[in-house]
Amino acid sequence: METLDELIAHAPVFAGLGSEDLTLIAGCAQNVGFDDGELLFREGEPADTFYVVRRGRVSLELHTPERGGLVIDTIEPGEVVGWSWLFEPYVWHFDARAAGPLRAIAFDGACLRGKCDDDKELGYELMKRFAQVMIDRLQHARVRLLDVYGGVGVG
Amino acid sequence: MTPVAHRVVSRVQETADTWTLELESLDVRVRPRAGQFDMLYAFGVGEVPISTSGDHEGDGPLTHTIRAVGAVTRALCGLDAGAVVGVRGPFGTEWPLAQTAGGDLVIVAGGIGLAPLRPAVRHALARRDDYGSVSVLVGARTPQDLLFVSELEGWRARFDAEVDVTVDAAATGWHGRVGLVTTLIPGAVIDPANASALVCGPEVMMTFVVRALVDRGVPLDRIWVSMERNMRCAVGHCGHCQLGPTLICRDGAVFPAPAMTRLMEVREL
Amino acid sequence: MGADGLTALVEALRQQGYRVVGPTVRDGAIVLDEISSADELPHGWTAQHEAATYRVERREDDAVFGWAVGPHSWKQELLPSRVRLWRAAARNGDAPAIEEEPPPDRPLALLGARSCDLHAIAIQDRVFLEGRYVERDYAQRRDGAFVVAVNCGEPGGTCFCASMGTGPRAETGFDLALTELTEVGHRYLVEVGSERGRALVSALPVREASEDDRAAATKVTDDAVDRMGRRLETAGIQELLAANLEHPRFAEVAERCLTCGNCTLVCPTCFCTSVEDVNDLADGSAERWRSWDSCFSTEYSYIHGGSIRRSPRARYRQWLTHKFGTWFDQFGTSGCVGCGRCIIWCPVGIDVTEELAAIRATDGKVDRGNAG
Repeated sequence: METLDELIAHAPVFAGLGSEDLTLIAGCAQNVGFDDGELLFREGEPADTFYVVRRGRVSLELHTPERGGLVIDTIEPGEVVGWSWLFEPYVWHFDARAAGPLRAIAFDGACLRGKCDDDKELGYELMKRFAQVMIDRLQHARVRLLDVYGGVGVG
Repeated sequence: MTPVAHRVVSRVQETADTWTLELESLDVRVRPRAGQFDMLYAFGVGEVPISTSGDHEGDGPLTHTIRAVGAVTRALCGLDAGAVVGVRGPFGTEWPLAQTAGGDLVIVAGGIGLAPLRPAVRHALARRDDYGSVSVLVGARTPQDLLFVSELEGWRARFDAEVDVTVDAAATGWHGRVGLVTTLIPGAVIDPANASALVCGPEVMMTFVVRALVDRGVPLDRIWVSMERNMRCAVGHCGHCQLGPTLICRDGAVFPAPAMTRLMEVREL
Repeated sequence: MGADGLTALVEALRQQGYRVVGPTVRDGAIVLDEISSADELPHGWTAQHEAATYRVERREDDAVFGWAVGPHSWKQELLPSRVRLWRAAARNGDAPAIEEEPPPDRPLALLGARSCDLHAIAIQDRVFLEGRYVERDYAQRRDGAFVVAVNCGEPGGTCFCASMGTGPRAETGFDLALTELTEVGHRYLVEVGSERGRALVSALPVREASEDDRAAATKVTDDAVDRMGRRLETAGIQELLAANLEHPRFAEVAERCLTCGNCTLVCPTCFCTSVEDVNDLADGSAERWRSWDSCFSTEYSYIHGGSIRRSPRARYRQWLTHKFGTWFDQFGTSGCVGCGRCIIWCPVGIDVTEELAAIRATDGKVDRGNAG
C-alpha cells in the first residue's frame, strides 16, 4: 500500500521533479473519494483544486440545453484532472464527474499557485508538465475531429 | 474463378448502416479463416471484398458484416433471406492465431474493424488456455455505432477477458468512456514484452494504435494490422490493390506491422 | 529462306488454322492486325522514334522489319482491351447459371515479335499463369499461340533493350525466329525454337543456312546493340526506388505529366484491368466484362471516402516505382523491357531513362513539401 508521498512521486505528471518539489506538492495534497456520479467540480466554479486519479475514471462533461450533459473526454487512472487552476482566469470550463466509484488525490491549487509565484523554477516545471497534458488532450481531440470511423450519412 | 451461389439465410442489422449476412452455399462451401476475405457479388450490380466476421471451422453458415457505403454494399445489405449472393474466395492472409498463442493477446478494433477481428476473439476465447491475458479494446464513433453489442457484453461478462470500449463522441445517456481508442492501451492488463496485438480499423487509427502499443512496450514484430486498398479481382491479376511492394489480395490484408509502418508513413502510396 | 518465304510462312500458318496477326501500315502507323497474306506486311517502311515523336517513312529498300516498335504490343491479342468473362442468366429465385466465355475459335499466330516483346509476354505469363491463380482468358489465348520472332536490326531512337537485358536478339520464347538480311539479296535466317516450329519449317522454301548467313545474322543484332537510342543504368534500381519515394523529381515530373495514361496503354507489360458487372433490365441477365485500366486514373485507387493517390505526383510515382522497382517484389523480375514505347507515345515526351537517371544522380534527396 503506497503512501501519499509515494503515489505523488509515481504520478506521471510529476515525473522528473526533485524531492524538495515533490515534498512541497505533497504538502498540498490529500486522499479523497467520490461516489459514482458525484461531481468533482462544475463549469464556472473557481478552479482551486485539481486531481490525479488513483482508481476509477472521471468523465469531463459539457452541458448543452438541447442534449443535457455530454461526455467530451474520459480521464483514466494515473492521469490529471484539470489544468485551469494554473492558467487565468482560474475557472473551470466543464464539469468533472466520477464515472464509477473514484479514489483520487486532491491538490490545493490555490496554494500551489501561490508557491509558484514565489518559486519561479517550480512554476516553470509545473507549467511544462501541465502544458504537456494539454497538448496530449488537444492532439487526441483533433484526431477525434477527423471522424475516421465515418458513421451514419458519412463516407 | 466465377462466383459460387449462396443463399441468404439471415440478415441482422447491427447499426444504422451495417448489417450481418449469414449465407448457405448452393454449391461448394467457401470457408474463410479469421482475417481472410471473400468477394461478395450482388447479381448484376458488382463485387466487393468483405472480410469474414464469423468462424467456419464447423458447419455453420458463411458470415459477413457489411457496411453500406456504395452501390454494391447497399445492394447486399438490402437482400432478404432467400436471396442469392455470389461468393468467390477465400482470399488473403489470416490473423496469426497459432503464432500468437502462449502469450498475452491484445485485440484493438476501430469502427467496422471489429468485424474482421471477431473471429479472432472467438477463437482466443474458445481456446482460452492457449493464451495469457486476452484484452479486447474497442473504439467507435458514437455509442450507436458499436458493433455486436450483446456479444461484446458477453465477452465482458467473462472473468477471463478484459473488454474496454470507448467512443469518439458521446451522446445523451452514455456513461461509458469517451476518447480515442489509444487511451485504452496504457491501462490494458498485459505484460507488453510477452504480448501480441491484432489491430484493425481505419489506417489513421491503426497508425496511432501501433505507436501507442510500441510506447507501451509491445515489440513491433508482435503487432499485426489489416490493410485496405481498392480491390477488383482478388487473385493478383488486376493490379489495383498494390501497396508498395505488396499486393493486398495476395500478401495481405493481414500484415506484420514492421512490413507496413514505413509504407504507412509515405503519403498517397 | 528468300523474301518470298514470308508469303509461304503466312500461308502455312493460315492453312493450319491460325489467326495470323502481324504488323501492317494503317493510319500513319505500323500497327498489329490480322493479316491474310504477307503482302499486307510493311514492305519498305520504317519509322522515326523519338520522345513524343512517331512518324512512318518510306525506305529506300524493301525491308519488311526495318523498324523497332509500333503503338501496339501483343497484349492487345493476349489481354484484349475489353473481353466478356462470363454471362449469367437469372433463374427466378434460383442460383443464376454462369456461363464462362469460350476460347477464341482460332489459335493465335504472332508474326514479327521483337525480343523486347517476347520478354514482355514472358513477364505477363508470370502474372497470369504462374501465380496461385491462372487468368483463364489469358491462358486460353496464350495456349497454343505460335510465335514467329524477329531479331532487330534497326533499333529505334528510344530503344534500350540492351540495358534491360531483353534484346535485341531473341533467345527464347519463340517457335521460329527470323533475322532479315538485306545485303547480298533479300533473305531471312530462320532459327527453329520448338518442335512445332521445326514442323512448320518443313512447309517453307528454306535451305540450310551457310556460315556466312549465320555470321551476317549475328552481325545484325551485334550492330544493333551499339545503336540503342537510350541507355539505362539498372544496378540496384529496386533499392534505389524504394529508398527515394519522396524524391523531388516526382513533383518535377508531375508538372509535365498529363496523367493521360498513354504510357500504360502502349506499355507491353502493363496489365492492370478492371471488371465491370452489367445487367440487362429486360431479361434480368448479367455479364462480367474485363477491360484495361490505368493507375493514372483517379478512380484507380478509390476506397470508400476517396482515392489514395490523388495527386499526379503520386500516380506517376506509382507507375515508375512499380515498373522498375516493386515489380521485382511482386513478380521477381523488372516490369520494363526497354521497348521505349512510353517515351514515344507520351504527348509531352517524358523519358523514363532520364527520370531514373535524375533520381539516381541525386539519390537521397527529399521533397519536404510533399513528404510524409
